[in-house]
Amino acid sequence: MQKGNIHSIETCGTVDGPGVRFVVFMQGCPMRCLYCHNPDTWDTKDNKILSISQIYRKYEGVKEFCKGGLTVTGGEPLLQINFVIELFKEFKLHNIHTALDTSGVLFNYDSIDKFNNLIKYTDLVLLDIKHIDENEHKKLTGHSNKNILEFAQYLSDNNIPMWIRHVLVPDITFNKDYLLRLGKFLKKLNSIKALDVLPYHDMGKIKYERLGINYPLKDISPLSKENAIQGRNYIIEGIHSIL
Amino acid sequence: MVETNYKNKVYAETSFIPGRWNDEINVRDFIQKNYTPYKGNADFLAPPTADTLKLWGKCIDLFNRERENGGVLKMDTKIVSSITSHKAGYIDKNIEKIVGLQTDEPLKRAMQPFGGIRMAEGACASYGYTVDKEVGEIFRKYRKTHNQGVFDCYTPEMKKARHAAILTGLPDAYGRGRIIGDYRRVALYGINRLIEDKLGQHSSIEGEMTPDKIQLKEELAEQINALKEMIELGRMYGFDISQPARNAREAVQWLYFAYLSAVKEQNGAAMSIGRTSTFLDIYIERDLKEGILTEIQAQELIDHFIMKLRLVKFARTPEYNALFSGDPTWITESIGGMGIDGRTLVTKNSFRYLHTLENLGTAPEPNLTVLWSAKLPSDFKKYAAHISISTSSIQYENDDLMRSVHGDDYAVACCVSSMVVGKEMQFFGARANLAKCLLYAINGGIDERLKEQVGPKYRPVTSEYLDYEEVMEKYNDMLEWLAGLYVNTLNVIHYMHDKYCYEKAQMALHDRDVKRYFATGIAGLSVVADSLSAIKYAKVKTVRDENGIVTDYEIEGDFPKYGNNDDRVDKIAVDLVHNFMNKIRKHYTYRNSIPTMSILTITSNVVYGKKTGNTPDGRKEGIPLAPGANPMHGRDENGAVAALASVAKLPFKDAQDGISNTFSIIPDALGKNEIFLDDLSINFDCGCSEGNSDSYFTKDKRSCFVSSPIRKGKDTISDNQKQTSKV
Repeated sequence: MQKGNIHSIETCGTVDGPGVRFVVFMQGCPMRCLYCHNPDTWDTKDNKILSISQIYRKYEGVKEFCKGGLTVTGGEPLLQINFVIELFKEFKLHNIHTALDTSGVLFNYDSIDKFNNLIKYTDLVLLDIKHIDENEHKKLTGHSNKNILEFAQYLSDNNIPMWIRHVLVPDITFNKDYLLRLGKFLKKLNSIKALDVLPYHDMGKIKYERLGINYPLKDISPLSKENAIQGRNYIIEGIHSIL
Repeated sequence: MVETNYKNKVYAETSFIPGRWNDEINVRDFIQKNYTPYKGNADFLAPPTADTLKLWGKCIDLFNRERENGGVLKMDTKIVSSITSHKAGYIDKNIEKIVGLQTDEPLKRAMQPFGGIRMAEGACASYGYTVDKEVGEIFRKYRKTHNQGVFDCYTPEMKKARHAAILTGLPDAYGRGRIIGDYRRVALYGINRLIEDKLGQHSSIEGEMTPDKIQLKEELAEQINALKEMIELGRMYGFDISQPARNAREAVQWLYFAYLSAVKEQNGAAMSIGRTSTFLDIYIERDLKEGILTEIQAQELIDHFIMKLRLVKFARTPEYNALFSGDPTWITESIGGMGIDGRTLVTKNSFRYLHTLENLGTAPEPNLTVLWSAKLPSDFKKYAAHISISTSSIQYENDDLMRSVHGDDYAVACCVSSMVVGKEMQFFGARANLAKCLLYAINGGIDERLKEQVGPKYRPVTSEYLDYEEVMEKYNDMLEWLAGLYVNTLNVIHYMHDKYCYEKAQMALHDRDVKRYFATGIAGLSVVADSLSAIKYAKVKTVRDENGIVTDYEIEGDFPKYGNNDDRVDKIAVDLVHNFMNKIRKHYTYRNSIPTMSILTITSNVVYGKKTGNTPDGRKEGIPLAPGANPMHGRDENGAVAALASVAKLPFKDAQDGISNTFSIIPDALGKNEIFLDDLSINFDCGCSEGNSDSYFTKDKRSCFVSSPIRKGKDTISDNQKQTSKV
């Protein structure tokens, strides 16, 4: 049976998809986003190894509460795509809503069979687009955004519902031009169900301290709610613009 | 205002649907026959009147002055409080729709020495007042108090256990509270009828006069005296409450006089008011229909009534306030719920009560408690959720669970103790500290802090490493001892409370033969569960002082911790609750009361923790025990639901007086603000099951608990926190 390298499990997830959700945080991530608030999930070394049935049993114990369903996040869950496929398969067998929270950075057409298989069992993708600009994306995450944007198109082509998540960071993504560009990109997608704009916060700071890692955004202050709404409006403006 | 019409309106005797309530004292029957369930929304609610705002402004001013004055505005040091002790007092006589104060001035605290003269003197002294010499002398020389009676009969063992704090918070120097008079009776029947009824009960006791019968007969005589005094209290304010209330305003006023009598007479740890909103709605509906009352006036009555409840204060010592984290009165009002016939007990007046939090602003008292059922009308759920979010001041409890035990006319006393109004009461019993008891088991009854023999001198653990089987056996013996001592201590306390500080006003508004609960409680559940789990699944090494007393523990390895929905340890907690309750059940309980247990320390767990040494779960001396049935802080690693699932395993039948679980959550963790997920003009249907309506989030600023299998509750928060609770 497949086993997964798990960071932790949250039984009262209220922000990662619709309803109160059972959230599995996968261990390991290839990205190093400057604003990441879960640096403790980066390391791909074994943390907590759990089988699918072990996870399902944990879910069973709280299913009365977690009526929203299952969300797999991380870390980057697609690092363990085979495990995620099997996990979703098991949950779909019990007719439970499945959501995948991913950056999509590992998407590629070479292993498209796996992705085709994965989306068979995926009800919703929370797609985290870090930056619409290729160069800025590299600066922010250390990776190109090519795969991510392709993944978005792929999900759209396959009509997989998605929520677009976008973190607004002062000086980095909170920029009218970028946000309009993002909106224009989203306009081309046809299966978006929601736009989830997340104002940058610095609650992850303490984790960096604990891990002895330098906090890269020391000089950037959290984004206000008002600015977040403003930023969101830019994206929507982009969506509604005429290309 | 249609004042004249109002006073002159005379209803036909048949304006209420008759029933058994006409022939016997039976408020529930009256409600069932006459109330109008309301399934609509909150649109009908009225804003505060100018008078309400003016009056509340004066109250706020009084509260501010009280705070500036160090917590107390004024204290009575001469007049011993009774139902009729003080002349009428007002905030602003001309605009108060509902009148009556505890003393002759608002926020002037009454002196109530029947629980204990030293407590009364201490309360005064801590605010720079001195109790009149003569009063001190009377209560020392001529009139014994509850406290004195208790200490006359405490055994040395009881005193030691109390001193070492293995038994804590005992109501042996203060009013036990937790009794709810059926204050509605006064409005419905008028006092003359109630006296008549009580006289009948009094004369029904004859024949062989056993001590029990003599006690009851004397109490009934006391109750009749209290009822007569209530008539007098009404007269002092210009009302004749010997007769039934004739309209809504009188009904609210009569009911309030009854409650006022109780708080003038008793300084109880919790002076809850019961379940009054739907009862009063019947009168309001009738007046609205007749056109002699408008919605604005109806809301004004309720606003003024609630305002009065917010002014209720007692004289208490700083130590008392420390134990209860503030100056609570626990005026719990139970709102809503479902009837056993399937109709909702939500009325328009249920909305009006909650609406006071908007009209007057938020407040911890009265403790508005929604009896939550999955079947409550959806618009009421929405309104309650709305008020929760905007004011943080509603407590929620599980009606579906409690209705099955108590029917549909119960109310909650204090935070979670449910009882049928006018038919059941409880003897409040504070807590036994089970964490300390475990340390006694290991040390053979020697207190780990005092280094004195407090418990029985059983054989201590002598090995370096703790052995699970051995510890369990010793713990079982020590629990047996503690249960016996605890019950007997409470027997003394409640005997003396009945004798020297009898709640005659509240009991006058009960049936003759009440069902009494003997409400014990435990503290330290999660500490014990984790300690035993550590001993069982890891290795726990003892660290001894120079006299060989175990004072600390070293844990090698990991162990399952309570609060993660892990049966290995949750079962230990479940067994502990079950076993200790069974040990309690072995003993005679005063007046053959029914033993129950609670796991609901909300605030006092901090004080208990200070008095409990290092424990085998790795908790250090002085660290607070977890509140109620909570997991220890930081040990629940799988989120709130898993923690609640652990708590939910605790058996309600063994903890019928309530199980609490407190948790706080930052607002953003409660879910998305709609603004960030909305308005994309795309739909949200993701094919998922919607979170059920039971998961409304609630929060409160004072004290909160979700009692998992039992109730949903409220919690303490600071400004940047919100509470959430779900069942």
